[in-house]
Formats: sequence, structure tokens, C-alpha cells
Amino acid sequence: MIKLVGVEKTLGGQPVLQGVDITIPTGKLTTVIGKSGEGKSVLLKHMIGLLQPDRGQVWVGDVEISRLKGRALNDVRKRFAMLFQGAALFDSLSVFENVAFPLREKLRMKGMEVTRRVEEKLEQVGLEGMGHKFPAELSGGMKKRAGLARALVMEPEIILFDEPTTGLDPLMAKSIHDLIVAMHQRFKFTAVMVSHEIPEIFAISDWVAMLRKGKIALMAPAAEFVKTTDREIQEFISVSGPVALSGTASR
Amino acid sequence: MVERLGAWAIALIQEMGRMLLFVLSSFAWLTRPPLRFVQIVKQLHFIGYKSTFVVVLTAGFTGMVLALQGYYTLRKFGSEGLLGSAVALSMIRELGPVLAALMVTARAGSAMTAEIGIMRITEQIDALDTMAINPLQYLIAPKLVAGLIGVPLLVAIFDVVGIYGGYLVGVELLGGNGGAYWNSIESAVDWKDVYGGILKSISFGLIVSWVCCYKGFFTRHSAEGLGRATTEAVVLSSVLILVWDYFLTSVLL
Repeated sequence: MIKLVGVEKTLGGQPVLQGVDITIPTGKLTTVIGKSGEGKSVLLKHMIGLLQPDRGQVWVGDVEISRLKGRALNDVRKRFAMLFQGAALFDSLSVFENVAFPLREKLRMKGMEVTRRVEEKLEQVGLEGMGHKFPAELSGGMKKRAGLARALVMEPEIILFDEPTTGLDPLMAKSIHDLIVAMHQRFKFTAVMVSHEIPEIFAISDWVAMLRKGKIALMAPAAEFVKTTDREIQEFISVSGPVALSGTASR
Repeated sequence: MVERLGAWAIALIQEMGRMLLFVLSSFAWLTRPPLRFVQIVKQLHFIGYKSTFVVVLTAGFTGMVLALQGYYTLRKFGSEGLLGSAVALSMIRELGPVLAALMVTARAGSAMTAEIGIMRITEQIDALDTMAINPLQYLIAPKLVAGLIGVPLLVAIFDVVGIYGGYLVGVELLGGNGGAYWNSIESAVDWKDVYGGILKSISFGLIVSWVCCYKGFFTRHSAEGLGRATTEAVVLSSVLILVWDYFLTSVLL
């Protein structure tokens, strides 16, 4: 379980988070939505300790990480993986080496075991036979898939997805969403996703939270979220077309 | 006015403090396992081996022009025989360390800043953090070590090539005495000069890799920020090399 209590953060003199309270349920896929610039990615980075709050607490299980540093923070991070907006693959490494990177660096794994696990993950994300390619040779969707393979390879408890479909065409975005859902159902990790893909996210998320003016305006199971009477939220989620029924039902 | 000056001074001191913490933390991470031997060799290849051509080229022509200028000046006093010592001492004491370090700044330092800066902008450094791999240990420390080893080796090559460049012009081209050229080097160059040159080149190697890594690591998230970081890295490294050279020389002399 991840829990943020009264988290405040100011960046460049601009208050971004102004008292965020949110509890991420274990083993579920929770999506955070909100307008651009509301601080959704900032919120996500607090959960893994990439940013530290000015005030408030960040709990990962029973560890409060907001003031942790060095080895203690790294111990917590071992439970996480993150898929970044641009996939954040290492340019100088091939797809295979990118996926193998955490295995070699963190688990000191070598030889055939690395090859077996990397090829298994590449196959799961639909990139079999692409291991020799470099990130610059991949399309946006393939980069995201490779990033997902790298996130999955350590079999983490928690995966954070920072706008995983940004910059992709609708078909590719759908295939990435389908992949995330399939992997989530298979490996049962706790997933937190930041996304603008409305209404699609309602069909795939267990829970949806909306960040507004630096606070969580509403967090509810997807099926209940769409029934909210808050006019501003209704406008926000309806602007891209009719909202699909609850993800849990459709899944 | 005073307020602005004070704010500038505070910002400068803070920046210097950040730079110091950056390099100390990187060296501290170097002492913790695992030892990034492969990374160090890769960086040594990039900073050292790949800079060899430009260093040899610069050294050759520097030695040649020194001999050209020196030969005609010394001939006025009938002292052409001292050409070798003039070229060698200039090379070993000053021009070798300074010019080689400036060439490494221009070729490898700017590339280091750009590489680390792009990794920052594209969140590759954050990705390392999320994998519980310290970027200072994985990315920065090997570059600092490679700078400390690579630059002195390049300076040694610079000195040798420069002295041969001087021989080529002073003896082969202008007809000076070859024996006198080498003999004057042997009698004029002390070990103290060589040690001084090595000390300078080690400190310059640290300055280049330190400043260039720091500027790249704290690049602002934009193309403009990356351009500015690269420019600042090259300018600051070059200025620091020249200023530090003056202070070291005044101590060593």
C-alpha cells in the first residue's frame, strides 16, 4: 500500500501539490487524472522518492520514505519499477541490454539466466527478436513496450506508469493499455498510472483519482467515479466523448 | 545594487558548495562496491584514446611553431643550441598540460556534458534512481577516474610529440644541430619540471571531468538548458584550467 498524507510541494516558486492525501490500494490499477500542469507526474515521483515533499509524509507499506536517503531509500525502491513518459531507455544500450540492465546491475545475474528472463519479457510485450535493436531504431510504441519489459523484468511489487501512451496513435495507445492490463492481471502488481486517456482509462482502471488545484478532488472505483455529481469533474471526463462503463466490470 | 550583489555572492557560494558536495559524493560512491571497472575502461577509451588524434595534431604544430619562433630569436644571440631546452621546458611545464587539457575539454568534456544532460532531460538518470542504482556511482565516478588517468597520459604524449615537432622544424627544416637539441633538453629538464607537469595534468583532468559532469548532471529540462550547460562547462573548465595553472605555477616555481 502506498499512502500520501498532506503532501505539499513547491517547484520553481509555484505551489504544485497543496496537501495531497491519497491511499493506493494494493494489487489494483489506480489511475490519476487531471489537467496538464496539475502535478500528476510530480505526485508519481513522490511515491518512489525521486522528489521529496516540502511537507507531509509518503508511506510505502510501513516505511515513511519522505526523508529517506541512500541505501535505506534504495531498499524501498527495489520494490518499484517505473515506466517513464519517453520510456527512458538507455540510448547507448540495445533493447536486450536495457532489459537485462537491472538484472545484471542489481541481482548480479549473468549468462543464460539473463538471456532467458530477458527473452521471456520481450516476448510477453511483443518484442521477440528485437533485442539487438537500439532505442533510436524503435518507434514510440516499441520504446514503451521495451520500457515495460524493463519494468517487469525484476518482477516488482509496484509499477508506476507516467503517461504511458503519450505521443502514440489511438491504436498503439490501446495496445499499450491492453498490454498493461494483461501484465497487471498476470503478475498482480500494484499499478499507479498517470494518464490523459479519457475515457479509455475508465475501462481499464480499478480506481480513478482526480488531482485538482494541488489536491485529490475525488478518488473512487472507476464505476462510481463516472457517476460523480461534481460538475467540473463531469465536464472534464465527458469532454472526449461518452465514458465507458467501469473497468472492473469490463475486465 | 548592494542587495543584488549580495544575492549574486550567495548564489555563487551555494553553487560552489553544490559542486564540492557533488565531487565528494562521487568519490565516496567510488569506494563502495561494486567497482565499475568496465565503465572506467569505457570512459578512459572515450576521454583518452579518442582524444589522442587531436592532441597529437595540436602538440605537433605547437612544438613546430615554438621551434620556428625560438630558432630565429635564439640565433640573434648565437644560442640556437638552446632551442631544445626552450621547446622542452615550455612543453613540459606549461603548454603540454594546459593545451592538452583545453583540447580534452573541447572534445571530450563538451560531449560528456551533452551526454549526461540528455540523460537528465530524457529521464534516464531518474530511471537509474528508480532501479536503486546511484547515478553518481554508475555514471559520474567512472568519468572522474578516467579524467584523472586519461589527461596525464595525453599530456605525456603531447610533450613527446611537441618536442619531436620542435626537432623536425629546428633541426630537420632549419638546419640546427640535432645533438645540441637533445643535449640541451637533457641538461635543462629536471625531474622537478616533469613532476610539476604531472601534478598539473592530474589536477586539470579532475577539473575537466568534474565541471563537465556537474554541468551535465544539473542541466535544466530544455534544449536551451542543454546548450547553455555545454557552453558553461567548456568556458568554466577552460577558465579554471588557466587560473589554476597560474596558482600551481606560482607554488611550483
